[in-house]
Amino acid sequence: MGKFILKRFLYMIPVLLGVAFLVFAILSLTPGDPGTIILGITAKPEDIASLNEQFGYDKPFLVRFFSYIRDIILHLDLGVSYQTREPVITDIMARFPNTLILTTFSMSLSAVIGISFGIISAVKQYSALDHICVVTALIFACIPGFWLGLMLMMLFSLKLAWLPSHGADGLICFILPTITVAMTSAAGLLRLTRSAMLETIRQEYIRTAKAKGAPAKRIIIRHALRNALMPVVTTLGTSFGASLGGAIIAETVFAMPGMGTLITTAIRQKDIPMVMGSTLFLAALFSLIILLVDILYAVIDPRIMDKYKKGGKGND
Amino acid sequence: MTKNPKRRNSQLPEIWRRFRKNKVAVLGLIILCFILFLAVFADFIVPYEKCIEQIGSERLQWPSRRHLFGTDDLGRDLFARVIHGSRYSLMIGVSTSLMALAAGAVLGASAGYFGGMVDNIICRIIDVFMCVPPILLSLAVVAALGSNMKNLIIAITVSCIPGNVRLIRSVVLTVAEQDYVEAARSYGTSHARIIFKYVLPNAIGPIVVNTTMAISDMILSAAGLSFIGMGIQPPSPEWGALLSNAQDYMFTSLYLLIFPGVFILLASLSFNLVGDGLTDALDPKLKD
Repeated sequence: MGKFILKRFLYMIPVLLGVAFLVFAILSLTPGDPGTIILGITAKPEDIASLNEQFGYDKPFLVRFFSYIRDIILHLDLGVSYQTREPVITDIMARFPNTLILTTFSMSLSAVIGISFGIISAVKQYSALDHICVVTALIFACIPGFWLGLMLMMLFSLKLAWLPSHGADGLICFILPTITVAMTSAAGLLRLTRSAMLETIRQEYIRTAKAKGAPAKRIIIRHALRNALMPVVTTLGTSFGASLGGAIIAETVFAMPGMGTLITTAIRQKDIPMVMGSTLFLAALFSLIILLVDILYAVIDPRIMDKYKKGGKGND
Repeated sequence: MTKNPKRRNSQLPEIWRRFRKNKVAVLGLIILCFILFLAVFADFIVPYEKCIEQIGSERLQWPSRRHLFGTDDLGRDLFARVIHGSRYSLMIGVSTSLMALAAGAVLGASAGYFGGMVDNIICRIIDVFMCVPPILLSLAVVAALGSNMKNLIIAITVSCIPGNVRLIRSVVLTVAEQDYVEAARSYGTSHARIIFKYVLPNAIGPIVVNTTMAISDMILSAAGLSFIGMGIQPPSPEWGALLSNAQDYMFTSLYLLIFPGVFILLASLSFNLVGDGLTDALDPKLKD
């Protein structure tokens, strides 16, 4: 067990370096140099050149990349913003809590709604409730999240004036964004839980349990649920990513100061270090979540651990 | 598949027969055809000039017979803009999914078919891509290249490739073990030929379903990115961009919000329903 976790952790190092390289390489495609971006094309060439030197832009790509990585590892330094000339990490730390709260709330809400209704839907297959769940899930899976957000804002903030429409002062501001982000991923989770549950109910061991005369509730909870939730657990990592993506867009809808608005503003201002730092920060967080989900999965499903012990990492 | 016309002829009607039985899927297909019709014949339904024509005296008018969907803040006809907007969504949804499919097929099939070193390298690269949430990957690409239609397509395609590679790899892994692939190999058939003639056609079911479903997601991502100003820019009548503009007037002019939103929903829903129908139609085993 310990060995598995350690190996998985060690594998994270090259992956994170790869992620950093990927983001760095993509953003290095940006035309223009920092000097010109900050000072404009009308500035004196020597000023531009000195600023470029200050940002290390005069060095080759790989040298810049390695010094960027070194700064991150040694000083947790993600670079300096072109706009404010302050360290990028200061802005990230100021904005990140909002995004984290929004993502965590949405994840939890969507898990509660998606998994519970998915189970009910499967257990009562073909009932009216099942049909309602399936249709609602389908519609929510296809509704653009930001549109749902705007409609909610229209109803609850503008017409009824129950909830604030923007900002992040106090938890009350998180209610609408959370619902907005959660509904889309709840829809996906519901569909997945339902089909996994239906699949499980058809298995031999469920029939055996029924034949033994075990009560229906016990069969669902003890025998079916545990197995049905396996595929759901594997997708928790991806659904965290989806919630994070949803949060980034919802922040714009609800004018919430978070990572999403930070990144989009930085993109508009061509503040590349800010975009790079924020993207890398969120990607590192996401990788960590994926890692935790992987470990969790191995802990709750002994078969995975077994496969791992027998040889290699399984399929992927 | 093309080498064996008999099989192809006997399969398609069978698939269609099974697909037709699923009423919800047929509904999806009808909506899809309707939106396709709008996109293809947009110029005949309402000329493009209507999209850009600004009538100063008719700003922010609620729907009427003269302006079916009302007018926006500059007095432009929303009906014309929504109809022409369908071209962007379909174009982006279909092109990104197909490009991501092509990339996914080449990489995923090579990984699954060759295994060993090739598989290892491709999988490790995909691991890295998988650690960046799709929207962040898209945003990074837009940040580097700038926000316009072409770059939006590139951005969404890139974010969609890793998932495709994984899916196609796992499907190909199962097909590649079959005896007929072994037989083809024993004839000395080239690798490329085996992959494209034997392996991929037999792995086509899940791939088709996944691509159809992906179009639905891509339509949503494109609209979302355009909405936050990172995709197609106004004044182009893209649905997400229309909604972004509608935000400022939504309290008094709710219709500006409703129409583009409903169209995004319908477009995304139609591909989703068709994909669902295809799942059952292409693989009858799953049904029973």
